[in-house]
Amino acid sequence: MSALRESLGFLASRLRQVGIFVALILIVLLFQGLTGGILLQPQNVSNLVVQNSYILILAIGMVMVIIAGHIDLSVGSVAGFIGAVAGVFIVHWGWAWWIAIPACLLVGALVGAWQGYWIAYVGIPAFIVTLAGMLIFRGLTLITLKNQQITPFPDELRALGGGFLPDISGGTSVLEWLTVILGVTATFALIFQGFKERRSQKKFDLEAEPRVWFITKTAFIALLMLAITFLLASYRGTPIVLIVLAVLVIVYTALMNNSVFGRHTYAIGGNLHAAELSGVKTKAVTFRLFVNMGVLAALAGLVFTARLNSAQPAGGTGFELDAIAAAFIGGAAVTGGIGTVAGAMIGGLIMGVLNNGMSILGLGTDYQQLIKGLVLLLAVAFDIFNKNRAGGESVFIKFFRSSNTPSTPEQPKKDRLEPAGAASTTERTSVTQK
Amino acid sequence: MNTPILQMRGITKTFPGVKALQDVTLDVNRGEVHAICGENGAGKSTLMKVLSGVYPDSSFDGDILFENEPCSFASITDSEKRGIVIIHQELALSPYLSIAENIYLGNELSSKGWVDWRKTNLEAAKLLARVGLSENPATPVQHISVGKQQLVEIAKALSKQVKLLILDEPTAALNDEDSSHLLDLILHLKGQGVTSIIISHKLNEIRKVADAVTIIRDGQSIETLRLNDGEITQERIIRSMVGRDLASLYPDRNPTIGEEVLRIENWSVRHPQDHTRMVVSNASLNVRKGEVVGLAGLMGAGRTELAMSVFGRTYGQAVTGKVYKYGKEINTGSVSAAINHGIAYATEDRKHYGLNLIEDIKRNISLAALPKLVTKGWVDKNKETVVANGYRKSMNIKAPSVAAVTGKLSGGNQQKVVLSKWMFSDPDVLILDEPTRGIDVGAKFEIYTIIAKLAAEGKAVIVISSELPELLGICDRIYTLSAGHITGEVPIAEATQESLMHFMTQEKE
Repeated sequence: MSALRESLGFLASRLRQVGIFVALILIVLLFQGLTGGILLQPQNVSNLVVQNSYILILAIGMVMVIIAGHIDLSVGSVAGFIGAVAGVFIVHWGWAWWIAIPACLLVGALVGAWQGYWIAYVGIPAFIVTLAGMLIFRGLTLITLKNQQITPFPDELRALGGGFLPDISGGTSVLEWLTVILGVTATFALIFQGFKERRSQKKFDLEAEPRVWFITKTAFIALLMLAITFLLASYRGTPIVLIVLAVLVIVYTALMNNSVFGRHTYAIGGNLHAAELSGVKTKAVTFRLFVNMGVLAALAGLVFTARLNSAQPAGGTGFELDAIAAAFIGGAAVTGGIGTVAGAMIGGLIMGVLNNGMSILGLGTDYQQLIKGLVLLLAVAFDIFNKNRAGGESVFIKFFRSSNTPSTPEQPKKDRLEPAGAASTTERTSVTQK
Repeated sequence: MNTPILQMRGITKTFPGVKALQDVTLDVNRGEVHAICGENGAGKSTLMKVLSGVYPDSSFDGDILFENEPCSFASITDSEKRGIVIIHQELALSPYLSIAENIYLGNELSSKGWVDWRKTNLEAAKLLARVGLSENPATPVQHISVGKQQLVEIAKALSKQVKLLILDEPTAALNDEDSSHLLDLILHLKGQGVTSIIISHKLNEIRKVADAVTIIRDGQSIETLRLNDGEITQERIIRSMVGRDLASLYPDRNPTIGEEVLRIENWSVRHPQDHTRMVVSNASLNVRKGEVVGLAGLMGAGRTELAMSVFGRTYGQAVTGKVYKYGKEINTGSVSAAINHGIAYATEDRKHYGLNLIEDIKRNISLAALPKLVTKGWVDKNKETVVANGYRKSMNIKAPSVAAVTGKLSGGNQQKVVLSKWMFSDPDVLILDEPTRGIDVGAKFEIYTIIAKLAAEGKAVIVISSELPELLGICDRIYTLSAGHITGEVPIAEATQESLMHFMTQEKE
């Protein structure tokens, strides 16, 4: 009984993370029903991954920028621009893909450096700089393409958008065995990692998740991964872009959690002044974040171009909005300091499943946009209502806390006024106002 | 002549955990300038907020009689209707609006919903003439100096038919010339029948303008001195302001003071926006190994500004002067440079400048010295947890675990997290700015103990504090600052609250 209550209390404290996950599953089940089972057919699952990959790539960079308290409105235009550049490099100039891809990423980095310079060192708000960038790079896209699409691209590049890992059984088996091996390995790696983390939490006396919750969660995720593996394996195997995406997610999750750079990013978004006074080189960190965003936007542009097999003047239009929505649905805070790469991925998948499901149902873009807009609004509204953050506690948590007091020896008051400071706050010398 | 305009009786105001005001009495006579004195945090501003309706009637106990009528203000609008206007220390003007627009902000001269600009500017010009400000009413407020902005505030108050004008530290941000002009204006308004309450630290100003002085200490009204009953002397005010026993406990120390660690020479800082204002002038001081040095000064004396400008130029502009560590000149031009030279600065405002409140304890502790936790390019989380747990134990941070979010801790525990952060950066010099602000008594003692321990470990510690007993209780030597100048250096054996207050209120030409 107490174990159950403990789990519930924990669940409440993680309502946001759990909620978003549950929402994704509910949406999948809903559309699975509405579409009469089409949504989870192997071919559609495979499509779903490929179709959303570039948005997910953008969402990784976007959530980092948002965590630092900025925004990037230009990524769609930058992705389109890089598509155009790739067209010139590969189709017009005949560069080999293994030169062209790094060159495109480099151009992306330069674009990011340009915007990062104005934001970090000149101090223009990111909203303005990237709004300008949205126009600038759309303009450059049109100039580069002379308003005409560039096509076709060689197969090597197209593999990045629509290719699959080779079939090692030579087409004899029903299942793609390479995919099965990869999927099962990844599942075990995840379980292993989960246990390892839990062990160190126990060892270092941190609040570990309740056992019931941990086992349920791990088992559920493992089953989910195996299910996806099975679905992919029974179609054409693992999309190459999924491998790219998986590597990015792992690398960037590690970067955000365990690198000095990632920590500094959270610190800047959480409290810029405190970060500055702790010796964080806030400008350099901001600059690098935008360079990184440029590189990821370039990669997204390449994937998108490869998938369409053409560089188009309007390529990438509106991507920025999907990426931003993904980050916020995935739990990033508008004020910065909060958010995760994994959350942004789930947010992106929610948008993707909505898109895909509604398209299968034959809903027009009119209703699709309406519904996507409402979902974004509700997700953030849920955040505000729940406000599972410092200073404010959700009703849910209070409820569970009251029956679960031992976990919080010190019950802080909401919006409490500083005792002696009550009189002195107004007397405070006004310090630096930057 | 001596008819009371305002009587406040038995005012008691409680904040969670602390009595900010206790049974305070204040009598102000019609047509006088009444000064309110007290140390920082004594409760002066709280009292004025009670009076002006910032704290609504239901949030405190006691009675307010204004013009012999009981008042129960629910908001500032209510008190303004009765002719009580407060001008806060931080001016409440909108920088991009014109002087005239600011004067009538929220009170626009309009007919049928449309602003009558001709009348607005005309009336504003009349008010400006009354306060002696010769500026075009259409000038945006950001283009005039702080001193003139203060006058605009007063003009705004006059537009509301003010009977009782409350000025909270009106001259704290002004230079001498503007200050004396302002004081003249207050006397001039007195001649026109406006009663004023002025909160000030500057005792010579009080002697210049005040007809009566009420002294507040620790949330209680101590006494009211009136000019007719005899002279208001500086000594008398100081005695009342500080006259409390050093009853609170400080840990015993047995200081072993070694060589000089840090020396600051001829340090001058100008205000970041107002280039003409010297915030710190030619200050020199030093601190030695194992020593706790206090920096005393009243509000606006430049203590925080001095510390922050030394710590990576995080305050001010046109900073000049030299910093020496162990006799060698060092450059502290950026925060990371200062940290690398072994200097740590724990801010007075931990919520805005000290902590990332949405982040957990361990990540706050590790932030200033994150590279120390890096192995093979990655932050070693286990090591981080071990370090944080170590501080949780040694500093007695009360939290369920080091993964608890700092925003949910009490003030004392938050301060311990800040101190842990800087201890982990392993500094030689710690500058602690108001280390016990907003902390309850028990936690204060813990903070003092930590400071004593740091000194015993051979660190050089500089403590900035508004509480003189605190400085007397923990320091070995105390510098006093007044208006940006170091006006005294007092060894602890010779220091008393009176002697320090004397230096702190001394004006240096």
